[in-house]
Amino acid sequence: MLKHNALFDAIDTFLRTPATVTATGSHIRDAVDMKRIMITVMIALCPALFFGMWNVGFQHFTIVGGCGCVISFWPCFWYGFLKWLPLAMVTYASGLLVEVLFAQWRGHEVAEGFFVTGFLIPMIMPPDVPLWIVAVATAFAVLFGKEVFGGTGFNFLNPALLARAFVFFAYPSVISGDKVWISGADAVTGATPLALVMNGHTEAMLSTWELFVGTIPGCIGETCKIAILLGAFILLFTQVADWRIMLSVLVGGYVTALLCHVSGLCPVPGYQQLLMGGFLFGAVFMATDPVTAAHTRAGKYVFGLLVGILAILIRLLNKGYPEGMMLAILLMNIFAPLIDYCVVQVNIRRREKRLSQPKTAAR
Amino acid sequence: MKKYLGPLSKDNPVLVQTLGVCSALAVTAQLKPAVVMALSVTVVCACSNLIISLMRNTIPPRVRIIVQLLVVSFFVILVDQVLQAVLYDVSKMLSVFVGLIITNCIIMGRLEAFALSHKPLPSLIDGVMNGLGYGLVLVVVAFFRELLGSGTLWNHPVVPQSWYAAGYMNNGLMILPPMALILVGVMIWAKGGDKSS
Repeated sequence: MLKHNALFDAIDTFLRTPATVTATGSHIRDAVDMKRIMITVMIALCPALFFGMWNVGFQHFTIVGGCGCVISFWPCFWYGFLKWLPLAMVTYASGLLVEVLFAQWRGHEVAEGFFVTGFLIPMIMPPDVPLWIVAVATAFAVLFGKEVFGGTGFNFLNPALLARAFVFFAYPSVISGDKVWISGADAVTGATPLALVMNGHTEAMLSTWELFVGTIPGCIGETCKIAILLGAFILLFTQVADWRIMLSVLVGGYVTALLCHVSGLCPVPGYQQLLMGGFLFGAVFMATDPVTAAHTRAGKYVFGLLVGILAILIRLLNKGYPEGMMLAILLMNIFAPLIDYCVVQVNIRRREKRLSQPKTAAR
Repeated sequence: MKKYLGPLSKDNPVLVQTLGVCSALAVTAQLKPAVVMALSVTVVCACSNLIISLMRNTIPPRVRIIVQLLVVSFFVILVDQVLQAVLYDVSKMLSVFVGLIITNCIIMGRLEAFALSHKPLPSLIDGVMNGLGYGLVLVVVAFFRELLGSGTLWNHPVVPQSWYAAGYMNNGLMILPPMALILVGVMIWAKGGDKSS
């Protein structure tokens, strides 16, 4: 049993609440531990997930047909659930395998971090993505995004987004973001709203209401803005996510989109940019990741603003990437430590100045 | 003897000294250019090591870098011309990176660290071994990048057509330079790094 310590510990803590507590170092005792935080995030994700399952089925039956004349609730939900289930199972199997192997090898415990990552990955993939690609991408993200840097809490990139970025660059044909994703529909391919806007065609544009409610094709998690806002409310109410980041991402994105609209670069009004694609999902669930975002209070504003600005700029200016949210967040993840460093240095310098001033006055 | 075998593993110029990494990223998308590049660097490194070692007692120390550069660029131009004459397609593929061998830190490093203070024969062997140590990394990286990125090896398809029919896809990220960096990183990681520092 000692030999397979990590696996034993993982199952033990997963099934029961062990009585062991941290033995060394100063720490604050609180009912909120990592497990509690992760569970809160997963609960916050549930509205978007359930809506997404229904929507996958709804889109499928609307386009492909084959469900009788009336599209009712349960067949849609069931279809979407059956699409989601293998994705989630493959994600967890592949990610946990890497996690357990590393935990065993490095002699640390299997951390809870992967539960949220594994929950997020199926929600940000196209519903019809081949399962082996999901497995490879998840393993890559956990290995190179997290484990080589020391595991949960030491990753500087968001592992879920890294998995998506891996698919995006390695297998662009399944995920490129300018063709709509409708499960089971090979024949029907159209441009997504993002690609339409990028190329300046807005005749076939979806209405703001459709974008907001989310009865549109897309990844499982990203379409319904109401469900995402509900998740945001849960995260903010429990203070698991930081409102500063969410707010500044939205402000940065909105101001940039507004300026682009006024200058004629973007054919749709600014607020529609925030409702398209994965912008809101990224702002609420991805940018607020406490490990990979900036940690200082001022740094969070800078971080969020830059994520919003960059996401819109990548969307509009780079013809190769219709969706910029993922790349913007990953880029800012890399810059987050630098932002924090600058904020801390500015603070130190200001305090030094304050400290030295009375001395010179006394002289 | 052990001293000369160092570059292949314990003292590998790419994995341990992290020299010459940028060309390792640039030319390893396929196996063939990587092998040619490895051989070119080996030839340049060995020959310039030999020449500088022969001249080591007559080079004034203050202008030694210029002399070394002259010798290296002589051999680089020679290799470039030979490649253009014999292997024109590979030479096209390598484009500027043959010319850029002159900036490869491994070569200047060996001249400075070894050839200036050793006799001709040991210098020649040292040059060959360092070139091969560099080439070893290139070939391993290129092997995986071509196999996973294009499904071929030495331009021959090795991934069976039935795999593609079953849904297998080439990994586009392998073709891009970032994956070469990650692969070199994995090799450094697998090697265990420098325990002494």
